[in-house]
Amino acid sequence: MRPIRLATAWLSGCSGCHMSLLNLHHHLLELLLKCELVYSPLADIKEYPAGVDIALVEGAVGNADNREMAALIRERTVWVVSLGDCAVNGNVSGLRNPIGREAALAAAYPAENGSHQRFGSDVPLLLPRVLPLHQVIRVDAFIPGCPPLPEDISRMLASFFKQPAAGG
Amino acid sequence: MPRLKLSIDGIPVSAGPGATILQAARANGIDIATLCHLKGLIPAGACRICIVEVAGGRRPVPACATRAESGMVITTASERLQAARRQIVELLLAERNHQCPVCVMNNNCELQAVARRFGIDHVRYGFIAPTLTVDISHERFGLDHNRCILCRRCVRVCDQVEGAHTWDVRARGTASRIISDLARPWGESGSCTGCGKCVQACPTGALFEKDVQGTRKGTLCLEKLLEWRRRRTR
Ligand code: SF4
Ligand code: FES
Repeated sequence: MRPIRLATAWLSGCSGCHMSLLNLHHHLLELLLKCELVYSPLADIKEYPAGVDIALVEGAVGNADNREMAALIRERTVWVVSLGDCAVNGNVSGLRNPIGREAALAAAYPAENGSHQRFGSDVPLLLPRVLPLHQVIRVDAFIPGCPPLPEDISRMLASFFKQPAAGG
Repeated sequence: MPRLKLSIDGIPVSAGPGATILQAARANGIDIATLCHLKGLIPAGACRICIVEVAGGRRPVPACATRAESGMVITTASERLQAARRQIVELLLAERNHQCPVCVMNNNCELQAVARRFGIDHVRYGFIAPTLTVDISHERFGLDHNRCILCRRCVRVCDQVEGAHTWDVRARGTASRIISDLARPWGESGSCTGCGKCVQACPTGALFEKDVQGTRKGTLCLEKLLEWRRRRTR
């Protein structure tokens, strides 16, 4: 049986969901016996590879980079999981939605007067609205929580491992 | 008057005359989820979470606001009802700004509890994300419109129990807002007695007490209520 190709990704989130993943403690070792970690902000891998079995995606889609990454993940992954409340519903990352992008920028960078000019080149362009992942790409499962409970993460992964197609 | 005899989920039950379907069900250990219902207040039928099917009826009826009748055959948990309830809760979540992790009622909220009970792990609708205000003009309490689900428990408890009728609802649909007096800041209300019943009745973090730790409802913990009373009477 080939190992399951597992990826984790980090869009507009605070990394708390990845902390929860690390909080699996020794279960993490068991997990890595079954899986090969092929992409993650916790590992030094530059490009999201093809042929990923399962991706845990933290964070909402808040800027152009996130949107591009989400599309790439969908294209190259069998099972995409929204990990944590930002991915599930925007949550804290989406707190700017009620006032809108320009007002949020003006509040955060008063000198810039809300102008969006610096964004778009080296700093990714903020989207007008922060979106939950499933409103950008098709999502197969959800692990809510801010941060999600480690037990919920292992339960979700276990349910994937049980699927006949998993692991080939 | 004789007791009413009806059937709920295939179980024969009896209820006193005048009982609602909800009362009949709960008295017989059948739990129907509710949100706008609060024991002691006149039912408003505002949220429709408690809908049930009555055999022969064309559409579901709210259990909290419908009288039980002899001979009724009631279903509380069909697939159609579960789907409708789920949809209602998702629409409530999409309508205003419910960010649980940064809400004063996180883990004590009734909206959150029903969402959990129905297994809602995401919302299928687009979030409206309206721009809403928080009224903290009152000396002791605050009203955060972002969390309000328009259940009108505050309106009813203020009117029916306290007798002040400070609260009302203005406008319709998604534009509806809870208002104090004639839409004056709460702190300037001439009718508010400062009793705090609305804060206790509110199922979400919309109405909260300032300067208390934990739930921001104060009296979910009796110790804290006593402490507050002592402070007031000192
Ligand atoms: S403020 Fe609270 S009690 Fe009043 S209508 Fe809104 S949610 Fe219900
Ligand atoms: S609880 Fe019955 S309509 Fe809200």
